Amino acid sequence: MSGAWRWVREHAVMGFGIVAVAYTLIPILVIAIFSFNDPKGKFNFTWEGFTLDHWENAFGIPELTEALGLSLQLAALSTIVATSIGTLLAIGLVRYQFKGRRLANLLIVIPMATPEVVLGASLLSMFVFIGVDRGFNTLWVAHIMFSISFVVVVVRSRLIGFDRSLEEAARDLGATAWTTFRTITLPLLAPGLAAAAMLAFALSLDDFVISNFNSGTTVTFPLFIFGASQRGIPVEVNVLATMLFIVTAIAMGFTVWQQARAEKLAATRPDDDDVDTGLSALVSGQRPVAGEPS
Amino acid sequence: MKRRRFTPYALMSPGLLWLLVFFAVPMFFMAIVALEEGNIDTGFTLTYQWSNFSDALSSFDTQFLRSFRFSIIATLLCLLIAYPLAYAIAFKAGRWKNLMLFAVVAPFFTTYLIRTLAWQTILTDDGQIADVARFFGFIPEGGKLLDTDFSVIMGITYNFLPFMVLPIYASLEQLDGRLIEAAKDLYSSSRSAFLKVTLPLTAPGIIAGTLLTFIPAFGDYVNATFLGGPNQAMIGNVIQDQFLRTQNYPTASALSFMVMAVILVIVMIYIKFAGSESLMGEEVAP
Repeated sequence: MSGAWRWVREHAVMGFGIVAVAYTLIPILVIAIFSFNDPKGKFNFTWEGFTLDHWENAFGIPELTEALGLSLQLAALSTIVATSIGTLLAIGLVRYQFKGRRLANLLIVIPMATPEVVLGASLLSMFVFIGVDRGFNTLWVAHIMFSISFVVVVVRSRLIGFDRSLEEAARDLGATAWTTFRTITLPLLAPGLAAAAMLAFALSLDDFVISNFNSGTTVTFPLFIFGASQRGIPVEVNVLATMLFIVTAIAMGFTVWQQARAEKLAATRPDDDDVDTGLSALVSGQRPVAGEPS
Repeated sequence: MKRRRFTPYALMSPGLLWLLVFFAVPMFFMAIVALEEGNIDTGFTLTYQWSNFSDALSSFDTQFLRSFRFSIIATLLCLLIAYPLAYAIAFKAGRWKNLMLFAVVAPFFTTYLIRTLAWQTILTDDGQIADVARFFGFIPEGGKLLDTDFSVIMGITYNFLPFMVLPIYASLEQLDGRLIEAAKDLYSSSRSAFLKVTLPLTAPGIIAGTLLTFIPAFGDYVNATFLGGPNQAMIGNVIQDQFLRTQNYPTASALSFMVMAVILVIVMIYIKFAGSESLMGEEVAP
């Protein structure tokens, strides 16, 4: 009896962890399962029977396909701009001493700490006040705005664990600042940039609240879902969501693998062979610090 | 090196300008609109109508208080779920570690609206979960799971759980295991080693997670829209409704401003204790 009790005590935390993991995964399973559903009415809420029709017809609803296409364009544009200017911002913050650092930090941090409804509403206030029509242009402007801070956070943590002696070596060997940046800094920073770009892309693709305020009559993927939720969501939405999930999971797996590889290469200290790599390092923000911390 | 003094500003100006023009300046416009008077047909004029704030608050105090209640309960639930989960991943999972971490971030790979709608499917009135709840008497015969406080709080808890798990996990990962060994060598029980060593050292992760969960939960209106009824409307629902449907811009702006004020006070308290850089994921370890 006491043996059984000890077993329960030892495994209680892990048992709870498994239940919690089930909680996070169940809705995703439901989305995937209901992509094979064959609902009789407009609403895809109860299981009626198995069909592959909606997978074959995945891009068969013009408004939905159009909305997804627009969301992908929007995400691509805002990712490129936000990753570029966010990276420059991170480099400035990490590598230089300057006046107004505290203010710059606040300007980067506070947007992340602002509820989306306030971000969306305040932008709309400005657009209404100065009389700007809402549409694709107000959307990409907004998406870049809320992505920048997240890019800075990701690139910044990468820069802090950066071995600067490699850059110094390049300069000592006669490389110009630009050549050093292009051939040393950028390749070493690449996994961080990829992670930041992926995050910006996902944030943009997923954004509903801020887009809802500033879209005008433009319809993105989440806005289509919101509109359709009143009158019944087509099963094709589940199909596309399942596809997106698989693509994102693969992209994420690839980034983690890249990151782990880059980290092994960057860990130059010979006694540091048990560095934490992979997904764990990515989410815990831990970096094996090679050389002197900046 | 006179030139180098300007380098950081040159690097940072595009990003900072963007944030200034599309984040800080809109806040200023929102403040102006909040003090205007009028309606959508006759137009709005700036009359420094300070009563907009008190009027908005007295008209929608129910939703304001409900937002507080829902987001505080959801944040506590997140903490109760996240800490053991993060602990299991960090110390007990072994080779399942990466798989469990994947499960934690997996919800992010599906669209926010769709995963909330999935809960609508799960909790629907003629679904199995509702039947089970009725069978065990958790809800009365013919009772509902959807359109209740329970469903909205559950949805918020679900959607923001990763924001709580990840910072706590990060602080547990950085914990020096030797400290716990030392406590045990000094005849501390597992329980008191946890309470006196593990818990205090992971406090920064708990505080960061609480902040990261509470802020989006407080302003959220997606869960209340999809999983709740009129009696679950939160302040975000009101702001959206006033802005986009009623087009009562002054009231909506005044409400957004008050939401922002609540959040800013909380963030400032946090920064006072932890420093502004800690919000960017550094210095989590003491």
